Amino acid sequence: MANSLRGEVLNLYKNLLYLGREYPKGADYFRSRLKAAFLKNKDVKDPEKIKQLIARGEFVIKELEALYFLRKYRALKQRYYSDDNQ
Amino acid sequence: MAALRVLVGVKRVIDYAVKVRVAGGGVQTQGVKHSLNPFCEIALEEGVRLRERGAASDVIAVSVGTRVCQETLRTALAVGADRGVLLEVGEGAAVGPREAAAALAGLVGRLQPHLVLLGKQAIDDDCNQTGQLLAAMLDWPQGTFASRVELEEGAVRVEREVDGGLETLRLRLPAVLTADLRLNEPRYATLPNIMKAKKKPLEIIPASALGVPLPLPRLRVLKLEEPPARGGGQRVQGVPELLERLRSDGRV
Repeated sequence: MANSLRGEVLNLYKNLLYLGREYPKGADYFRSRLKAAFLKNKDVKDPEKIKQLIARGEFVIKELEALYFLRKYRALKQRYYSDDNQ
Repeated sequence: MAALRVLVGVKRVIDYAVKVRVAGGGVQTQGVKHSLNPFCEIALEEGVRLRERGAASDVIAVSVGTRVCQETLRTALAVGADRGVLLEVGEGAAVGPREAAAALAGLVGRLQPHLVLLGKQAIDDDCNQTGQLLAAMLDWPQGTFASRVELEEGAVRVEREVDGGLETLRLRLPAVLTADLRLNEPRYATLPNIMKAKKKPLEIIPASALGVPLPLPRLRVLKLEEPPARGGGQRVQGVPELLERLRSDGRV
């Protein structure tokens, strides 16, 4: 089996779990969703398919980082640059 | 162009997403999430980008505060600073812009950086003074509210956000720059990078050991209170009533 991919999958899970701590809806909400998403694919055996799924997880990481950045940027803009959009 | 040594000041503040509570004459900080000040993140990102472009040789993150600030410095190292320095002050010591600037000036004397990058202000006290004070203490040129930084031979070109437009300055190095919101988009400190950052060097120097005596605090906080709670809305039946209400409140 694709044992070499096992570590990658675990790392992906860890990284996502770490990012989830800041999730706007709460870390618990994120974690349960994350776990469900991983469990759904637990029977996937094909290495190609696993690689695709990992790539998808990495895409989600990028999206989350972008989400957090935008959230912070908007909050700061609203607090300190309120007259900009008038 | 010789590679520059860049010093980046970072401050540990209450996280931007936390609702700040006032209790017992002070802001509640116990058990509240803290993070790196967002404007410092932007300054740090700029420093790291300079190094990635090869313009800077090393990026040193510095913080003034108690030991808990080490956590903030670790985040800075995870984002890409090469080493961290904590200028330690005693528990409960009031560190305002003047104290922080004096401590930073002492460290600048020791490390001889070519460029000091700071956030334009911290989101906790909103002072917006440290960069200016530091530049004055060192007698260096300052570029505040930088929204664009370009290095030139022995100088730096800075675009500043001023009222009603942008101002471009050319500063001879060494110089102090403070970052505005639009300077760049800071990256996220990922888990693998945080793990790697644990191996990076972090030095703790007592602020009093820098040879620059910390000035006696000149500021005294008289009062601290939460903003007034927002009053509820009211429904009106029609336009005449609305106008009447507005008139009685003195709004029109």
